[in-house]
Amino acid sequence: MQTTKSHPKSLFPVSTHYCGGCGHGIAHRMIAETLDELGVQDRTIAVAPVGCAVLLYNYLDVDCIEAAHGRAPATATGLKRSRPDCIVFTYQGDGDLAAIGTAEIIHAANRGENFTTIFVNNAIYGMTGGQMAPTTLVNQKTETTPSGRSVKNEGYPIRVCEMLNTLEAPYYIERVSINTPGKIRKAKKAILKAFTYQKEGRGFTFVEVVSTCPTNWGLTPPDAMKWSAENMEPVFTLGVFRDKGAEKEQNEAGETK
Amino acid sequence: MKQLMTGNEAMAEAAVQAGCRFYFGYPITPQNEFIAYMARRMPEVGGTFIQSESEIAAINMVMGASAAGFRAMTSSSSPGISLKQEGISYMAGDQLPAVVLNVVRGGPGLGNIGPAQCDYFQATKGGGHGDYHCIVLAPSTVQEGTELIQDAFDLADKYRNPVIILSDGRLGQMMEPVEFKPRKPANLPPKDYILDGKKGRARRVICSLFLSEPVLEEWNKKIQEKLMRIEENEVRYETTMVEDAQVILVAYGTSARNCKEAMRTLRSKGRKVGVFRPITLWPFPYDALGEVVKKSRGALVVEMSAGQMVEDVYLAVKDMRPVFFYGRMGGLVPSASEIVQQVEKIFTKSM
Amino acid sequence: MSPNDKKPYIEIVTDRCKGCELCVSVCPKQCIEIDGTVVNVKGVNPAKYVGGCIGCGSCVLVCPDVCIELCKEEKAKKTA
Repeated sequence: MQTTKSHPKSLFPVSTHYCGGCGHGIAHRMIAETLDELGVQDRTIAVAPVGCAVLLYNYLDVDCIEAAHGRAPATATGLKRSRPDCIVFTYQGDGDLAAIGTAEIIHAANRGENFTTIFVNNAIYGMTGGQMAPTTLVNQKTETTPSGRSVKNEGYPIRVCEMLNTLEAPYYIERVSINTPGKIRKAKKAILKAFTYQKEGRGFTFVEVVSTCPTNWGLTPPDAMKWSAENMEPVFTLGVFRDKGAEKEQNEAGETK
Repeated sequence: MKQLMTGNEAMAEAAVQAGCRFYFGYPITPQNEFIAYMARRMPEVGGTFIQSESEIAAINMVMGASAAGFRAMTSSSSPGISLKQEGISYMAGDQLPAVVLNVVRGGPGLGNIGPAQCDYFQATKGGGHGDYHCIVLAPSTVQEGTELIQDAFDLADKYRNPVIILSDGRLGQMMEPVEFKPRKPANLPPKDYILDGKKGRARRVICSLFLSEPVLEEWNKKIQEKLMRIEENEVRYETTMVEDAQVILVAYGTSARNCKEAMRTLRSKGRKVGVFRPITLWPFPYDALGEVVKKSRGALVVEMSAGQMVEDVYLAVKDMRPVFFYGRMGGLVPSASEIVQQVEKIFTKSM
Repeated sequence: MSPNDKKPYIEIVTDRCKGCELCVSVCPKQCIEIDGTVVNVKGVNPAKYVGGCIGCGSCVLVCPDVCIELCKEEKAKKTA
């Protein structure tokens, strides 16, 4: 009898501080499996954000640095430019990446830096107690939008994949979610592709993971998964926005015909 | 009527009562209760609340609202206040009023969310670039916090200068009885610099860029002259049982509370100890402190830091009397019993 | 739950379980329940396997704390 799913080597078998049912655990596991499958654990450097995942260095067994809030893509640039043989990735939440860090992610993507960004979008600020995020939905109630996010005062949720897709340089941009087992399988494929492209030196790769925050949404974890599917996915469309690798394959297949 | 409120929420309410109608801020522990309170309260008073994209954006939003003539403020904690330094320097150079609340946490870097006093240098010695000072007020109780934040708006308008309130994670989170007392409106100069469109008057420019060096020097002299007036008129401090004291405990904010507790314990054991509590950290009460310490045998400075205000105490006391230091870092608070131990050491060793 | 009858089964590391019930909600055969008789080191009632596993792996995919190991026979791979 074989164990088909065993604990990833790149993930410490420890209890995490994340709330029960939080999507971060699923994302961490997918990254750890990816690093194992590519055999790159020993040459990977993770850049941790400020947010719930600030302690990701306690869970992923790789070299890690804690970046200032929003500045992870800049720190990752410094790392990857100086150590191009290392696999470098940033792991950022919606406040880190889409609020304070908008300049950094746009410019790193625009320069086509050869690192990977995993963007965990749960439409709220978790660590600081449930304030509005740039990706908070219209009418969604949070600590700082007690009557619901109003377009007039707070504007609309920001779609980062679409924004980055206007730039020439990024190599691979996909939005996935983790609210059903089937979608988790697809999300894992996307993360594996992103890191594989990085390993092959192809350019900037970006995966947005539509996730959940049961605690600050005030829902049970299973209900939060449903809420994410029913409310977030219509706003944050899942799918591939850019895949220069697939385009290249298609073109080559066309040429050989 | 007294009510129990946390430091953060009470000070937010006090800001509203001072007429602040523009709040811009970004979440950071341990001041999130302040921003959440403002999110609820500003719409109730017809004010504007914006959770900005970053602390840098927030201070620049304050610049805008202040230039337009309104009472505006922002709040943050240590790492966020670091981000605001450029904006504060700009507002000092523009001579614009602003109120900035720093609920200090452990540092440096990301540090932790415990209370600390390690931003004293940042607040009082500049923080941002250029020749300027912010007025820095340090409350020690929630009630005092509500009064000082209202004073901050008046001082900011009186002198057209940024004012920093230095709170800390403990003061922000603790609950104490608060009474919002009616205040006499302050006698303030007219706001003849604000921007609201040049209809019916010569147009105005708010800037801090003066390409000609002599012109910039003149501008700086104006600012320096203003700072001297602030030093002459706005120094505040509190003394407790210093008249016959042999050791003066010098501390502000949360540290001062524990120093007072230590003082009571030591007095009950017959030790003559008093407390000197600066309330304005800039302008610092050098003269008053020097006078008080001169009459004693020496001072013990207590801070939640590696020792920052102690350098100003050395300047005040010079080599008249010995100055000792005791501090805790990392978000820890020197307890009253630790302070008692330190004072006992001083009594047995050197006196 | 026995390795001898060649049916798939899961093992749950109950000490890391936070009782979030995601596994309970995704199992197509209701093989997992919250065990109200046990309190783990975290002070929660952890998940418990109650039999009937078909080896789909949904619970493993969804567990944020990587508490679940799926034990099933690997199908022999087709050789060229």
